[in-house]
Amino acid sequence: MSRSVTPTGLWLAAHLRLVYLFLYLPIAVLMALSFNRAGLPTVWSGFSVEWYGALLENKAILNAATNTLIVALVSTLLATLLGALLAIGVEYRRRGPALEAILFAPMIIPDIVLAIALLSFFTLLEFTLGLHSIILSHVVFNIAFVCAVVRTRLRQFDWAVFEASVDLGASEATTFRRVILPMIFPGVLAGALLAFTLSVDEFIIAFFTAGAGQSSTTLPMQIYSMIRFGVTPEINAMATVVMLVSFTLVLAAQRINRGAVTG
Amino acid sequence: MPRSMLRDWLLLGPGLTWLALFLVVPCGIVFVHAFFERGIYGGIDYIFTLENFGRAIDPLYLSIFLNSAKIAGLATVIALLLGYPAAYAIARAPAHRQTAYLVLVMLPFWSNYLIRTYAWIVLLNREGLINKALTSLDLVGEPLSLLYNEFAIVTGLVYNYLPFVVLAIYASISRLNPEVLEASEDLGATSLRTFLRVTLPLTLPGVAAGAVFVFVLSIGNFITPDLLGGGRLQMVGNIIYDQFLTARDWPFGATLSFILIGIMMALLFTQALLVRRAQGEGGPAHV
Repeated sequence: MSRSVTPTGLWLAAHLRLVYLFLYLPIAVLMALSFNRAGLPTVWSGFSVEWYGALLENKAILNAATNTLIVALVSTLLATLLGALLAIGVEYRRRGPALEAILFAPMIIPDIVLAIALLSFFTLLEFTLGLHSIILSHVVFNIAFVCAVVRTRLRQFDWAVFEASVDLGASEATTFRRVILPMIFPGVLAGALLAFTLSVDEFIIAFFTAGAGQSSTTLPMQIYSMIRFGVTPEINAMATVVMLVSFTLVLAAQRINRGAVTG
Repeated sequence: MPRSMLRDWLLLGPGLTWLALFLVVPCGIVFVHAFFERGIYGGIDYIFTLENFGRAIDPLYLSIFLNSAKIAGLATVIALLLGYPAAYAIARAPAHRQTAYLVLVMLPFWSNYLIRTYAWIVLLNREGLINKALTSLDLVGEPLSLLYNEFAIVTGLVYNYLPFVVLAIYASISRLNPEVLEASEDLGATSLRTFLRVTLPLTLPGVAAGAVFVFVLSIGNFITPDLLGGGRLQMVGNIIYDQFLTARDWPFGATLSFILIGIMMALLFTQALLVRRAQGEGGPAHV
């Protein structure tokens, strides 16, 4: 717009640049230091990829990464199925404040509260904790996110197409398979990618529902203990890998379904 | 119509059952536990008591609540002050670039929270980039203590939640009807006056949504005060954590969670009222 040459426009553009600097400088510094030979978080002592090599030899990290992949994959599959069905149901028929509230709650509830609630629940049932309880818990917030992305997609959907299909003699099941599913598929896929990202990155709920013992440690739990109890040089390399994986998944989600990331 | 009921049940049933079982019931258990006594060995004695609530408002815990609210409030105000002009700048950018600008804002938001917070430990520590820059420019004699204090916590919270504030405000600004702004200027209002009297009131729902989001997630935050506050400055989230994993007083932890949820619901309710009022008044501006 032509208005951007005004002093206000220039000032706003400069402010936006500073906001981007604020958002990306910490990440950029972290990534740059992951190639620092000394492995110290501050003093630059030459380029090296040795910490990436060290990652691959660290059994605890590899084990945590495997656990994280299992949790993220299974919880994403479950949440995508349930969340997409829920989205169709909500958009097509039932809407009400109670339903909206329960779909919104997992996104806004402080994660420490959801974590202790689930721990109390599992303990009361005398449920053995492990990777499976993390999966059950991650599905909760993942359902909400998948549902939100698919609902946004469905709102662009002209229900007349659905009616036309039924009028032309297709059964509801056929209509679902041949009309609704292809139409919402990009939304479902984008929602799944975002759910996977959230699950890979989630720490507190996993921490509380993993139970004691190393066997069900996830990557964020590993990262937390590395930060909290002594920063080891590999952490910058691991952080860089994890950030790049998130960025890739999120950008892919946005590409598949425009608006997935920006609501 | 039994057929359509069956279909509704197939669509809504599985997801809602999951949320009922793993969200509503667990939260219900927390609410109930808040009214019971702590067991001698750390469990729960099912004897009704209001003592936990009495304890929650004793000066020690009350001051933690107030301090958490202060930190969360500060983070909210700063995030709004930084986020509003950024959202405004994006909304004024050429239409085909706006999505890319927004994605660039949201990208960090979708990535690992722990790592984003850890990045600030790297930047703010005594030998970090910021102190290095300040000392080498001779702006300060010796490194500043930037880490493990309220400044670090507020910085971390603003950093982590700013993207969402920008998104929420952008959504409001982009829905503004440009004709309303033109009308205001045609009628002789200055740009500043138009902004204060027309733009700002009409975009208040976005501001409220962003503010409630930052405040709620900040006041109940655990990771940021834990990592950037160095464990010395406690916020409600840390106390809840301690009650469950260290002090093993689950009923009291449940009570604190109960209060946190209460604050959250009150804020969301206020926000909903604000949005409804703005929609009632701003009719023509919302296309």
